[in-house]
Amino acid sequence: MANKTVLHDKHLESNAKMVDFHGWDMPLNYGSQIEEHNAVRQAAGMFDVSHMTVVDVTGSDAKVFLQKLLANDVAKLKVAGKALYGGMLNHDGGVIDDLITYYLTETHYRIVVNSATRVKDLAWINDQSQGFDVEINERPELAMIAVQGPEAKAKAAQVFDASQNLAVAEMKPFFGVQAGSLFIATTGYTGEAGYEIIVPEDEAAALWQALLEAGVKPCGLGARDTLRLEAGMNLYGQDMDEAVNPLAANMGWTIAWEPSERNFNGRQALETIKAQGTDKLVGLVMEAKGVLRHGMAIFFTDSEGQEHQGVITSGTFSPTLGYSIAMARVPKTIGDTAEVEMRKKRVPVKVIAPSFVRNGKQAF
Amino acid sequence: MSNIPSELKYASSHEWVRKESDGSYTVGISEHAQELLGDMVFVELPEVGDTVNSGEDCAVAESVKAASDIYSPLTGEVVAVNESLEDSPELVNSDAYGDGWFFRVMPTDEAELDNLLDAEGYQEVIDEE
Repeated sequence: MANKTVLHDKHLESNAKMVDFHGWDMPLNYGSQIEEHNAVRQAAGMFDVSHMTVVDVTGSDAKVFLQKLLANDVAKLKVAGKALYGGMLNHDGGVIDDLITYYLTETHYRIVVNSATRVKDLAWINDQSQGFDVEINERPELAMIAVQGPEAKAKAAQVFDASQNLAVAEMKPFFGVQAGSLFIATTGYTGEAGYEIIVPEDEAAALWQALLEAGVKPCGLGARDTLRLEAGMNLYGQDMDEAVNPLAANMGWTIAWEPSERNFNGRQALETIKAQGTDKLVGLVMEAKGVLRHGMAIFFTDSEGQEHQGVITSGTFSPTLGYSIAMARVPKTIGDTAEVEMRKKRVPVKVIAPSFVRNGKQAF
Repeated sequence: MSNIPSELKYASSHEWVRKESDGSYTVGISEHAQELLGDMVFVELPEVGDTVNSGEDCAVAESVKAASDIYSPLTGEVVAVNESLEDSPELVNSDAYGDGWFFRVMPTDEAELDNLLDAEGYQEVIDEE
């Protein structure tokens, strides 16, 4: 039996096409994923992300524990509500999951992890917490709705009460605040402004309905994937996993090497990998007809005439740009062009840093 | 349930054909096929004058989800292609049996029509999937 989020009936009311997503029955689209994509780039759309896992880490050792658990350093978080993105690594430097950590107090952090990795994440976190004075509490009674797009904040403001609007009024990107029963964060997975709202399950359907009535378009997993890929954001399990180190997944910026004495999980392995050199994750742009897709081979010739091969980790048609884009893991000697093998032909592609669209506009 | 017009004939690979007044046959993909593929982003068509063979791939429908070969249900010469799909591939989604047609074939052997399915037969193919 597939898991259902508390918003399942709302999806059916909006004629969602439901699909299995790692054991969850989730909306793929509500008719057209391209229209949903465009709604987020041009106005406002919302996603049910209640399948994601909220975990509260509390206790006197919360900070030092997370400094060991995560490759990014929660000591950077000094203002209440500030959030941090990064990887949770195994001892080989492989990415167990990517997650967001919110700093609430010195003894209370909130992390949000992927749904597909929930079981192994919790097992790892609990195992790693041995010897620390921390409590790890999953919060399954919380649902989550992401509202994204240039009009997302204005439309959400019609739904928030006065104190909630006051709480988010001056909030910068990548912050979260508890306001009434909602935890409202200026985060997202689309490259647009907006909120991710953590809401008690019994209030989630009413919040969804209110946003719907404010003109926010429901969007499914299909649009979520094209939006995140245009924004150059990784999808766990596709762009990286436990066999991939963060340096090879465009996550180097999330590794806090300083202070050098902070011995986070995977640090030793990562230092060796860094010294030896590793692959990198690049963006690909193909203006010819066709769509780059996960698993396709990519080829390039280095300055010494040696041919190298890489692989597309995520590929799609970009509705905003009107042609195909992709992320690919390749040897780091790659230049600014390459060829992709598709339908038995080699097609030229441009190689760029993996960021394609930001705030509705081309980003490269 | 998908819409399967009873006046059309179908291939089990999800193409439909409709006889036109000049004796040619229009080819497209079924409502069920476009639903499976999702939003169409590119359509590659044969060229007018091409010879196509029944059961042979001669076009590509590429959606956000996958690239799918389109097979000609009939052997013959391509006498027209739907050029509006070049700029508006979404017509395949919005009007699979109308403005979303792919190409027209002047068949060399109309007996091939007997190999195609009627609406009921095609419904059975879908039900078995």
